Amino acid sequence: MIPCAEDIGNYALRSVGIGERLLPRSDFTLCNQVTLIGSGMIWNLYFAAMALFFGFFLANALAVAKASRSPWARKPAEGFVFLFRGSPLFIQFFLAYQALVMLPRAGIEVMGFTVATSWLTKAWAGALLVLILNTSAYSAQIFHGALMSVPKGDLEAADAYGLTGWAKFRRVTWPTMMRLAWPSYTNEAIFLFQATALVFFSGFPAFQQRGDALYYASYFADKTFNPFVAYPIAAGYFILATLVLIGLFGVANRRLNRHLPGATRGLKYRPQLLR
Amino acid sequence: MKKLILAAAALALTAGMGMAQTIRMGTEGAYPPYNFINDAGEVDGFERELGDELCKRAKLDCTWVTNDWDSIIPNLVSGNYDTIMAGMSITPEREQVIAFSQNYTPPADSAYAALSADADIEAGVIAAQTGTIQAAHVAETGATLLEFATGDETIAAVKNGEADAVFADKDFLAPSVAESNGELVWAGEAVALGGGIGIGMRQSDTDLKKTFDTAIQSMKDDGSLNEMIVKWFGEDAKVFE
Amino acid sequence: MFAQCADPKALEGLSWLMCYLTSGKHLLFYASFGTVLLLLAVTAPLALLFGFGGAMASRSRIAPLRWFGKIYTAMVRGVPDIIFFLFVPIALDQGIEFLRSRALCDNPVSPWQGNEFNVCAAAKMPLSTSPEWVHEGYGFTLAVVAFSVVFGAFAANVLYGAMNAVPRAQLETAEAYGMSQRQVNRRVLIPQMWTYALPGLSNLWMILIKATPLLFLLGIQDIVYWARDLGGAKTQAFSYPHPDWRLYYFLAILVFYLLMTWVSERVLARLTRRLSAGQATMGGEALRQAGPA
Repeated sequence: MIPCAEDIGNYALRSVGIGERLLPRSDFTLCNQVTLIGSGMIWNLYFAAMALFFGFFLANALAVAKASRSPWARKPAEGFVFLFRGSPLFIQFFLAYQALVMLPRAGIEVMGFTVATSWLTKAWAGALLVLILNTSAYSAQIFHGALMSVPKGDLEAADAYGLTGWAKFRRVTWPTMMRLAWPSYTNEAIFLFQATALVFFSGFPAFQQRGDALYYASYFADKTFNPFVAYPIAAGYFILATLVLIGLFGVANRRLNRHLPGATRGLKYRPQLLR
Repeated sequence: MKKLILAAAALALTAGMGMAQTIRMGTEGAYPPYNFINDAGEVDGFERELGDELCKRAKLDCTWVTNDWDSIIPNLVSGNYDTIMAGMSITPEREQVIAFSQNYTPPADSAYAALSADADIEAGVIAAQTGTIQAAHVAETGATLLEFATGDETIAAVKNGEADAVFADKDFLAPSVAESNGELVWAGEAVALGGGIGIGMRQSDTDLKKTFDTAIQSMKDDGSLNEMIVKWFGEDAKVFE
Repeated sequence: MFAQCADPKALEGLSWLMCYLTSGKHLLFYASFGTVLLLLAVTAPLALLFGFGGAMASRSRIAPLRWFGKIYTAMVRGVPDIIFFLFVPIALDQGIEFLRSRALCDNPVSPWQGNEFNVCAAAKMPLSTSPEWVHEGYGFTLAVVAFSVVFGAFAANVLYGAMNAVPRAQLETAEAYGMSQRQVNRRVLIPQMWTYALPGLSNLWMILIKATPLLFLLGIQDIVYWARDLGGAKTQAFSYPHPDWRLYYFLAILVFYLLMTWVSERVLARLTRRLSAGQATMGGEALRQAGPA
């Protein structure tokens, strides 16, 4: 018999709208809280995974643009990075929501097609968009720093092999840049993951009481008047997920450094403050 | 920093003095015309005027504090203030947690406001403030609940099309509907929810509850409460018989 | 504020705007920028102090102290800061009132009765008779402590790393001169670690600036609180009715933060340059070779 079986059946997928429609309203058991807060983690993981995935590509493009000699590529990239690194994510969420609701409801006419806009105000899209832009600005800064520290010898060696242009970038510059940036990027990923807790505390409304871990934690803290249970449960989930995240990034790090002697020892995770 | 040192010094001074009965009145400050922060930055509205009058009759020394709606009950029971006057309807659910004075408004209607009178209030997206009886009501119907932290945001959500309708106290929505130049209209039937608005207090504060019950009764008896309701909510508002 | 603002509804155009922007509520809004700056000014040194304690504890030879230091520095890594902000002030408040109730109440009972937390009037913190600014000051103090605890753990991480970065040889040389552990710490380790710590601390300062809007979630009437309140649509019940203007208020806050981070970046860059001078690091070497500027 699994403990909390009934609660898991009712609430394990509540945050995505599957299961019991009404949240528990009285007699809040520990099972209730653990299950529902865990259910909320689905959103935190969704936001973190999607933002890191899309942000990674955008960040690479931004880093290259920032290192470009042409001011037409460099200046916009620098402005973007300054805007998103220079202001609090919390304010970015508020502003994004206020701005997104101003888009015409019926959609925008583009060359005969109607582009729907209403989905952008939903947290799954709007907040994700903010998170993608935010993390790509921070990551671009990290990647740019790494790009600037790619050893000159590596580039000269590539030249000697006759590599130029895209082939040189893809086979020499980019892998070295990733290798150099990876520890800091791990750090950024952790920061981003924790930032997902802010989504439902800022401008974005909860839809049908589907929220993230902290949304349910504060729901319980408000109903039970006891912050000493719900918040530590949420904290526990975050610690677990962070450890998994560090593990995954460690695997990637080993792959990036697989040609180096001693690399099998793996990533010695050193917390840094590079955000 | 200087201010903090001063604060610490003042605390040390006052700690020794005798306790005058000071009641801290908690309110939201974002639910006009019940309670709001006026342009001078002070708490204003129906409940401010009523609360001050009740305190005068009960010979209490009252000060007003504001607190976000979603944590207004937790902060009452943890003792940050002594009463809640924030348009809070008396419900059995809340009565399990806090005590209420007798109601100071009759059970009031909750209503839907939308951009068109035939908005889908049965199965559409309905905006409501988190933790209100209206939010609980919507959660039980077939409609989709969209929760916001303040009442103001729920109206904004209808105006920008985020929600099909807003469900809130009729008296709260009325000024916004009246002043929208026809943009906002009433939709569907009004629903009577809750047992009227009362002063929320800790269950252990039985003396305070008696004091406020007496004061409210005296205002009901001499008709001054009805006058005040009409003054703030208009001629059509429900009054005590 | 001004005499012509006595009847705002009769005003139009620019004079309406003038009166609107100088209403009492707006003055509170402007003052709340001071609250944010005050929080930064108080939290930064306090967090540094906590961080220093945490780093020293992590290096301690006494095992329990070392564990405490390690746990303290590790805890903020896995848990979002906002959870601490929601949690620490309540825990502190109840802890303080509990201790005061033991000392000041006539017959202290446990304050946790059912779902209520209730202490006798004399043990309330602050007293319910205290003027409003004392209550606000107390709430602000709790917020400062919560921020300092979290950012102290971050700072402990940075300082611990910086202490380890001071070359071993420097410390061994000091020991060879017969200095005690305390003397080594005071005369060699701490003066040298700052240059290693500065990049990390600079970053921390930037993170701290960007964490200040979370004050709003602690129930402090900060810039976000007022922006939300002022920006919301206002009916005729108010002196200055207007539609939903929240976007503009949040834009103003955005500009404020961009300015803050921009100025900070400039100042920190200069500071780094200064501290690098005369240090046995790459930056110091570069400055030395460039000659006196």
